[in-house]
Amino acid sequence: MALLLLVPLVPLVRADVVAEDPQQRQMLEIAEKLRCAVCQNQSVAESNAELAQDMRRIIAEQLAAGKSEAQVIDYFRARYGDFVLMRPPRQGSGAPLWWAPWAILAVAGGGAFIYLRKRLRDQGDS
Amino acid sequence: MTLWRLLLIPALALLLGALALGLRHDPKQIPSPLVGKPLPAIAGQTLDGAPVDLAKAGQGGPMLINVWASWCESCAVEHPVVVAAARQFGDRVAFIGLNYRDKRELGEAWLAQRGNAYRWSFFDPEGRAGIELGVYGVPETFFVAADGTLLAKHVGPLDADSLRGYLKTLFGVS
Repeated sequence: MALLLLVPLVPLVRADVVAEDPQQRQMLEIAEKLRCAVCQNQSVAESNAELAQDMRRIIAEQLAAGKSEAQVIDYFRARYGDFVLMRPPRQGSGAPLWWAPWAILAVAGGGAFIYLRKRLRDQGDS
Repeated sequence: MTLWRLLLIPALALLLGALALGLRHDPKQIPSPLVGKPLPAIAGQTLDGAPVDLAKAGQGGPMLINVWASWCESCAVEHPVVVAAARQFGDRVAFIGLNYRDKRELGEAWLAQRGNAYRWSFFDPEGRAGIELGVYGVPETFFVAADGTLLAKHVGPLDADSLRGYLKTLFGVS
């Protein structure tokens, strides 16, 4: 009897998983790219702060109104600045974050190369 | 060898300098990209239920928008400063409140208890106007020129001296 009752539940549960709202998923994808301004190191998707909840609602509304991901992100960027982007932009304020590691690597690596080559040459001489 | 050393010292100094600069920077202060731009039109209603556009609240004069909420403890600390300034400068600068993520009755009770510094307060129970203005904490204060340009934004509670300073340097009011 218990088994009979359980059987119809299985397809119901499955149907629930399949029926995931694609707009909800797109909302969370955008929310993952935005920083929650009050919680600093969490994305809007991860945070449960009230501001993050408000931002998720506005993302969902703007998607429902037919805006693209880039338009939604630009909306928040115009109000909270580049800070709101989880990945710093490659141009403008975030640019040094992208090229500085390579510059440091080039200088340090180049220096190490010159130093080691010179030491090797000095050893060869003696 | 000497050339290498000569290069190493400024390179290290540069790196340490950048680090020092980074450590002095307060991550809780997010610069607003709206400063220097005209305030966007924000239509809604006041705490009393009258329809308004927050951007036009100055009515051709300078204005200050103070974001507050009944649940915000620093707002309670800041409020006497705003009330005193409104009494002194309220005829020359429009003091407007933005009641952020609050309940109407709680907001009204808060003002009744602590004194109302504002010509009116914009009622923003869902934080929509807050996001339009890039609000991320309460209290925050926006200083808007007579032509509607956002001149400055202050995050955190204002003290009497800093508020006077803003009003004097931005609006020439003292």
